[in-house]
Amino acid sequence: MSAESGSVRNRFEEALADRDVALTRTTPAAFEATLQAVVTEPVVGTPLPFGDVSLPEWVDDEPTPATLEAATTGVTAASFGIADYGSVVLPSTPEGSEPVSLFPELHVPVLHERDLVADMPTAIERLGPELRDGGSAIVATGPSATADMGALVEGAHGPNAVHVVFLETDGDGE
Amino acid sequence: MSGGTRERKADHIRYLLETEGDAVEANTLGFNEGRYESVADLENYEALKSEARAIKEDAIERLPELIDELTETVEANGGTVYLADDAADANRYIREIADENDAERLVKSKSMTSEELEVNEALKADGVDVVETDLGEWVLQVADEAPSHLVAPAIHKSEDEIARLFNEQFEPDEPLETAEELTTFARDRLGALIVDADIGMTGANFITADSGSLMLVTSEGNARKTAVVPDTHVAVAGVEKIVPSVEDLAPFIELIGRSGTGQDITSYVSLLTPPVDSPVVDFDESDVALADRDDDRDFHLVLIDNGRMAMREDDHLRETLYCIRCSACANTCGNFQSVGGHAFGGETYTGGIATGWEAGVHGQESAAEFNDLCTGCSRCVEACPVEIDIPWINTVVRDRINREGDDGRFEFVYDELVPDEEDTGSIDPQKRLFGNYETLAKLGSATAPVSNWLADLGPVRSVLERTVGIDRRRSLPAFERETLVDWFESRGPRVSAADAEREAVLYPDTYTNYIDVDRGKAAVRVLEAMDVHVRVPAVGESGRAPLSQGMIATADTKASRVYAGLAEHLDAGRDVVVIEPSDLAMFHSEYEKFLPEASFERLREGSYEILEYVYGCLENGANGARLRTGDDGPDVAYHSHCQQRTMGVDRYTRAVFETLDYDVLESDVECCGMAGSFGYKQEYYELSMDVGDRLAEQFTEPEAQDRLVVASGTSCEDQLEDVLERDAVHPVEVLDPRSRLR
Repeated sequence: MSAESGSVRNRFEEALADRDVALTRTTPAAFEATLQAVVTEPVVGTPLPFGDVSLPEWVDDEPTPATLEAATTGVTAASFGIADYGSVVLPSTPEGSEPVSLFPELHVPVLHERDLVADMPTAIERLGPELRDGGSAIVATGPSATADMGALVEGAHGPNAVHVVFLETDGDGE
Repeated sequence: MSGGTRERKADHIRYLLETEGDAVEANTLGFNEGRYESVADLENYEALKSEARAIKEDAIERLPELIDELTETVEANGGTVYLADDAADANRYIREIADENDAERLVKSKSMTSEELEVNEALKADGVDVVETDLGEWVLQVADEAPSHLVAPAIHKSEDEIARLFNEQFEPDEPLETAEELTTFARDRLGALIVDADIGMTGANFITADSGSLMLVTSEGNARKTAVVPDTHVAVAGVEKIVPSVEDLAPFIELIGRSGTGQDITSYVSLLTPPVDSPVVDFDESDVALADRDDDRDFHLVLIDNGRMAMREDDHLRETLYCIRCSACANTCGNFQSVGGHAFGGETYTGGIATGWEAGVHGQESAAEFNDLCTGCSRCVEACPVEIDIPWINTVVRDRINREGDDGRFEFVYDELVPDEEDTGSIDPQKRLFGNYETLAKLGSATAPVSNWLADLGPVRSVLERTVGIDRRRSLPAFERETLVDWFESRGPRVSAADAEREAVLYPDTYTNYIDVDRGKAAVRVLEAMDVHVRVPAVGESGRAPLSQGMIATADTKASRVYAGLAEHLDAGRDVVVIEPSDLAMFHSEYEKFLPEASFERLREGSYEILEYVYGCLENGANGARLRTGDDGPDVAYHSHCQQRTMGVDRYTRAVFETLDYDVLESDVECCGMAGSFGYKQEYYELSMDVGDRLAEQFTEPEAQDRLVVASGTSCEDQLEDVLERDAVHPVEVLDPRSRLR
């Protein structure tokens, strides 16, 4: 990993810390154990497209409206992260990543370290072709929030907490 | 405006100050402070604003072609586009969609454009249950009130009021108290309504022509649910929301949250390309896996013209279409901070830019309701992420309103006092009086002190209040018999041109020339102490006074006269030095609209604010010890002028005070609230005092209360004297070597 990408990672972690959004680093080998420590049951999720990890068996990866409503945690893959803002970009998928990341109280986005970009223009450049291809995505930064009831409250229509699981690969020097 | 109308207006403002003022103030000040902090984190803030501006200019220029491109893209994606001429047309189409879907309930996320259409009422008439899901909008729906802010619609309501409202309306088992409880209650109740809805309606902050994507900027997550849970999505958006490509969104994403509520980014920036790939969340089939669904989603994009294409053809209203509705202009506005959008707004839109929107989509009458609340202080100009000259839009609309009225009853008494260039006699007499202030000042000075005695008499004040609405609680400025120009002519310069380091022309603005002659004399002495050869030619009023009343033709004429009076001096290489920031702002900004480009540039480059000039002299070797320094001078409580700050020249006053070792405490309010003639007007007196109170509070703090009150603007000085009952002076009077001020 170059010095520059190292600093991008630091910026991402600092941006999350500024918002009090939790981040846990893990590796493919430790992924299941890490996830177990982060989530609160019941857990729903959508398949992870990373190759080196997949959702553990105890995650309901074929949620229905009923299990979605009953779930406390939703686990979905982030397409990429934006270091400057501590944002994760969540793709809309036919498997339902959008509702899974939105309905449960806790959202756990899984972000692969290779998918971190520095800033907003780079992120939008990356999204351009995807949107022109009919795709949709949410740039999500921290939990849902509102100030409409007279004071700032975290947890409005969406999750009240976000916990990023940051997946490091063993071959750090790629 | 008649006396009765003025009183009714004053009553309405007083009512809002009492009922909504505190909540509005707390929230807007918070947003505004947040904006300053969060834009300071952006290294390339100014460049991003220029980029955003350029994207909007280009998009509006190419709008017809972008509408065609977007239509093709959305249709290729599997959606439908309907271009509605006006609100009725849009509502008819939306009702048809509801009808075809046998819709019983439509859930909405926040959309000002849908407020403009009044689509809720149209759908309700057909028996559709319309539910606002943005918590602020829902509060208003429950309370049956209108939004008071573009972004935070229920900004005028406190936690307590919302709790009272919910407890009365819904009678929960346990009375609700905290924001947290209220949010949970609303979330649960609305959540159930959303999953049971037939149609979801959203607005759009931006739409990309190349991909057919909607960008929605939200924090609650309700827009995400609204767009994705039901199988039918209707998006309503003004045509001006279209930008060419996805890549154009980047600067707006970085600017919109910071500019509006002071958040560097909101929780969710949705980039949806409908019909979306996400499965419908259908609780009628609650055991069918989302992944197994094969939905046939329906998407309708309703693009709204409703006056926008005509605004595009209007050289003065066109800029309004660049607006991204971030609310920065409202949050930074002194008057808005006090009364909010229920006074500072029209049928739909609120805040500074609302004048452009209301004039464009609802017509001038709607803009006329609140347009005078813009004092032209210009603080919104630097706050606007797309660099819109919002005060200019307000001035143009005011000028147009002036021209269409027929309120010319006082014309015959008035002609001597109001020799303006306006081509109809229909302007409100109050506006004509203030617009022709120079004539009044000349007359007042020529007849002083009698004019001052007369002006102070009770019966005279009563007539002034009844006829032209000058509030009798305001002290009127006293005219000097000897003007600054006359004084200087008989005194002559004390530094000859031959001995001088530089030559300067001190511009005798109306206030300095006829009323506060002392600050003009102080300016002359300060300049001479730095070996500047000074001239004070008889150059007339800059046009600021008529412009502030929307009398553009008169201002234009005055600009030409001022330039004619200064051109020879500029050609001779003399520097034009200006005491009054609002006049310098004319030279540096509005004159661009009145003078040929070369003349405007020459005057702009050759004119300086007085403390800016002092700073330049000191930097170039002038001896500061010849001025009064902080060693024997007073400790200072300083309020810079709003337009001075927008021009970015306030820093020189700060720097000079610092160089000369003054102990300075500075205010951080946007505007003093006086704003030229605004605070004298009977209908706005109380609002003006309320805005002034924010400044007064800062200057009555223990660390400020014994300091000399110093302000760079005329009206700021008057306002500070009224709200503090302490004398206020211009910085140059502090530096005057002869000064004895403590």
